[in-house]
Amino acid sequence: MTGYLLSAFIYLCAACIAVPVAKRLGLGSVLGYLVAGVVIGPVLGLVGSETTEIQHFAEFGVVMMLFLVGLELEPRMLWTMRTRLLGLGGLQVLATSALFAGAALLLGLGWRQAIAIGLLLSLSSTAIVLQTFSEKGLGGTEGGRSAFSVLLFQDIAVIPMLALIPLLAAPGLLSDSDHGAGHGELSLVAHLDGWAYALVVVGAVAAVIGVGHFLSRPLFRFVAETGLREAFTATTLALVIGIAVLMSLVGLSPALGTFLAGVVLATSEFRHELETDIEPFKGLLLGLFFITVGAGIQFPVLQENLAVVLGLTAGVMLVKGLILFGLAMLFGIRRSNGWLFALSLAQAGEFGFVLLSYSQQNHVLEGELVSVLALVVALSMFLTPLLFILYDALVMPRYEDNSGQREADHIDSRGPVIVAGSGRFGQVVNRLLRANNIGTVVLDRNPAQVQNLRNVKIPSYFGDATRPDLLHSAGIEEASLFVVAIDDRAQAVELVKHLKHAHPKLPVLVRAFDRLHHYELEDVGADFVVYEAYHSALEMGTEALRRLGYHPFRAEKLRVAFDEQERRGRAKLYEAWREKSEGEKYGTTHTELYIQLNETMAQIMRADRDDGHTRLERGWTPPPRGYSDKLADVDPDAGGSGGA
Amino acid sequence: MSLEKRVLVLFAHPSLERSEVNHDLLNATRSVEGVTLIDLYAEYPSFRIDIDCEQQRLRDHDVVVFMFPLYWYSTPAILKEWQDLVLEYGFAYGHEGTELQGKWFLCAFTAGGRESAYREQGHNHYNIRELLRPLEQTATLCGMHYLPPFGLFGARSALEEGRVAAHVEGWRRLLGQLRTGELEPRRAREFEQLQHYLEQAEVTQ
Repeated sequence: MTGYLLSAFIYLCAACIAVPVAKRLGLGSVLGYLVAGVVIGPVLGLVGSETTEIQHFAEFGVVMMLFLVGLELEPRMLWTMRTRLLGLGGLQVLATSALFAGAALLLGLGWRQAIAIGLLLSLSSTAIVLQTFSEKGLGGTEGGRSAFSVLLFQDIAVIPMLALIPLLAAPGLLSDSDHGAGHGELSLVAHLDGWAYALVVVGAVAAVIGVGHFLSRPLFRFVAETGLREAFTATTLALVIGIAVLMSLVGLSPALGTFLAGVVLATSEFRHELETDIEPFKGLLLGLFFITVGAGIQFPVLQENLAVVLGLTAGVMLVKGLILFGLAMLFGIRRSNGWLFALSLAQAGEFGFVLLSYSQQNHVLEGELVSVLALVVALSMFLTPLLFILYDALVMPRYEDNSGQREADHIDSRGPVIVAGSGRFGQVVNRLLRANNIGTVVLDRNPAQVQNLRNVKIPSYFGDATRPDLLHSAGIEEASLFVVAIDDRAQAVELVKHLKHAHPKLPVLVRAFDRLHHYELEDVGADFVVYEAYHSALEMGTEALRRLGYHPFRAEKLRVAFDEQERRGRAKLYEAWREKSEGEKYGTTHTELYIQLNETMAQIMRADRDDGHTRLERGWTPPPRGYSDKLADVDPDAGGSGGA
Repeated sequence: MSLEKRVLVLFAHPSLERSEVNHDLLNATRSVEGVTLIDLYAEYPSFRIDIDCEQQRLRDHDVVVFMFPLYWYSTPAILKEWQDLVLEYGFAYGHEGTELQGKWFLCAFTAGGRESAYREQGHNHYNIRELLRPLEQTATLCGMHYLPPFGLFGARSALEEGRVAAHVEGWRRLLGQLRTGELEPRRAREFEQLQHYLEQAEVTQ
C-alpha cells in the first residue's frame, strides 16, 4: 500500500511541478508531462519497472478522451465542415501516411511495420496546437480553422487506425492468441468460428448504440433525480468502463466503443454533465500516460542514435510541412494563413505515442525501433513552439499589411447565449433567441423538465448551472451573454456573484422574483434585472382599464405613465433598501422591511400623482381655444393653425 | 457669424439593418466635432418619447437636422410623433413659445426614386422642396430659419453606381459649414435643394 502511495506521490509531484513550468514557457501541458516523466524516470531513477504496467492503466485515459471526442461531435457541425474535414484532413492523413510508409519500405522495413509507422507519423498534436491557437488568438483565422478541421479528422481517424493495427501483427508473433484480441486475457470470442465472430462483433456494436440511445437516458434520469452528484459520476464511469470491457471481450478496440457511445450521447441532454464528470479523469490519466512515455525513454538509445533521431525528426517535420503547404495551395488557403496551416501541424502528436504503444503490444513494432520513433515524436513536439515563434517572427511581418483580413475572420465567431434555468421563464427567452438563429445553451437541473423541452424540440442539457466546471463545458469562455432564470432565489444570487467575479466582462441578465430579490441581484452586479410577473401584471391591468371602457390608446398611455412612475420610484427604493439593510441587517425581518418599502413606494406614487396627471395629459395637447385667430391677426402670412 | 454653432441631428430609420447608405452617413456625422447625433428609433423603440429631454436638447443646439429615409413623401412615423409631442404650445409656438426662434432647420433625406421622378412631369409630380412644405411651415411657425433639403435620390442603386462616397463627403462638408456658420440661410432659401446652393457657392468663390 505504502509503495503504491509513494509512486502516486512521485508521479503527482512531478506533474504539478513540470506542467505549470512548461505552460509558462509556452510548451503546453503534454510536453510538461513528458519532461516530468523523463526527470523521474531516466534522470533521477525514482520510478522503474512498474512504468509499463502503469502505462497500460493510463491508456484508459485515451479511451476516455475518445469518448469526449465523440461527445463533441455534433452531426450538424460535421456537415458544415465536410469539405475541409474530408478534403484537407483526409488528403493530409492519406498523403502523409503513404509517403512515410514508402520511406520506411525503402529503409528496409516490412510492409506491416511501414504502414504502422506511416499512420502514427501522419497525426499531429491536437493538444499542443489547439492550446497554442487559443493562447495566440489564431483560432478564428482561416489558417486556424483549416488546421482545426485537419486535427478533428485525425482524431476521428485514430479509431480505424486502432482497429487496423492488431490486423498488422506479424503472423509468427500472433500464433499464441487468436484475432489479436488479447494476450491470454479474458475473451468471449477466442474459440468462435469466423461467421460467429462476425455476428458477435456486430451484436456488440449494436448493443453499444442501443444502450447509448435507449437505455442510458432513463438510467441517467433516474440517477440524476436522486440529486447526488457522485452517483451521477459513478454511473458515467460505469458506462464508459462497461463499454470498454465489452469491446475488449469481443476483441474490438475499447476506444472505438466509447467513441461510438460518445457520438450516440452527443445529442443527449446529459452531454455537458457527462463531459464535466469524465474530463478530470481523462486529464489525469492522459497526464499519467505521457509521464510514463517520458519515463520510458531510453537514454542509451538516444545517445547511440543521436544523429539518426535528429535527422529523422527534421525529415518528418519537413515532409509533413511540405505536404501541408501543398494542400494549403490546393485549397486556396493563401498568404499568412497558408503558412500558419503548414507550420502549426508539422509535428507528430500524442496519438502517435498511443499508436506506438499499441503497436508494441500487438507486436507490430518492437525493440529499438519503438524507442527511436518515440524520441522522434517527442522531439518534434518539443520543436512545435519553435515553429510558432518562426511564424510570428518571419511570416507575420511579411503580411502585416494584411492585418485587416485577419480581423474580418473574427466577426462571425460570436459566442452562444447561455440560459440557466428553462422553466416557464427561461423557456420564452430561449425561444425568442432561437427563433432569430442565435445559438443558445440551455441548462436545467430538473431532468424531467429537460426531457419535456427536448420533446418539443428545444435543445437543453441537464446540469447544475451553479457549478463552475459545468459552465466551463457549456462554453462560458466564449459566451456572449448569460441569462439567469433558475428557480432557487438564493442560488440565483450566488450564481450572479460567481459570474461577475469570474467573468466580469460577460453581461448577465437575471429574472427576479420580487423587489427584494431584485435589489439583492443588483447588489451583486447583475447587468439587467426584470421582475418575473411585473410586465404581465401591467398587461392585465391595462386590459382591465380597456374593459372598463377606457379608449385602448388612453389605457396604453396610463400604463406607460404608471410604468414610468414605478421605474423612477425603483431607484429611490433601492437606495432606501441599501441604507436599511446595511444599518439593521439583523434587526429588521424581511417582512418588516417589505412593509416599509411598500409604504415608501405609496408615498412616492402620491407625491407623483399631481405632477403625474399633468405629465400624462402632456403630449398631443391642442393649443388654447381661439389661438389661431389671434395668430392670424398678428401675422396673416403665417397661414392658419400650423402647430395645431 | 463666426461663433461655432452646435448641430443636433435627429436620425430616424425604422430598418437600419437594410440600409446601404445610412451607415456611412452616420459614421460621417459622428466624425464631425460638435455634432450631436440622436438615433430616435434606438432611443425610443416603443415610441415613449421623453418630452423634457428632447426639449432640453433643442435648447442646447443652434441647428436642428431631421435625417431620414423618405417614407410616403414624408418622415418615418417616429419623427412625426416627435413633432407632435416635443413641439408643444408654449415651448415651440404660441405667445410664449419662443425657444426655437432664430435656430436653423433642415432635412437630410434619402429617397428611393430618381431625381427625375420628383418633377412636375415625373411620376411623383412635385419636387422635393414642395413635398416637404409641411416641415418648412412647421419650422417657420416656430420662428426657425428653414434651409432647403439636402438629399440623395435613387438611394437603392447608389451603392452600385458608386455615388455614395461623394454624397457622404458632401454631407461632411455641409456639416462643417453649418458648424462654422459659413452658410447663408437667406441666399440658400432660394434654392430647391441645398446641394444646388453649395455648388453655386463653390463656383462663385
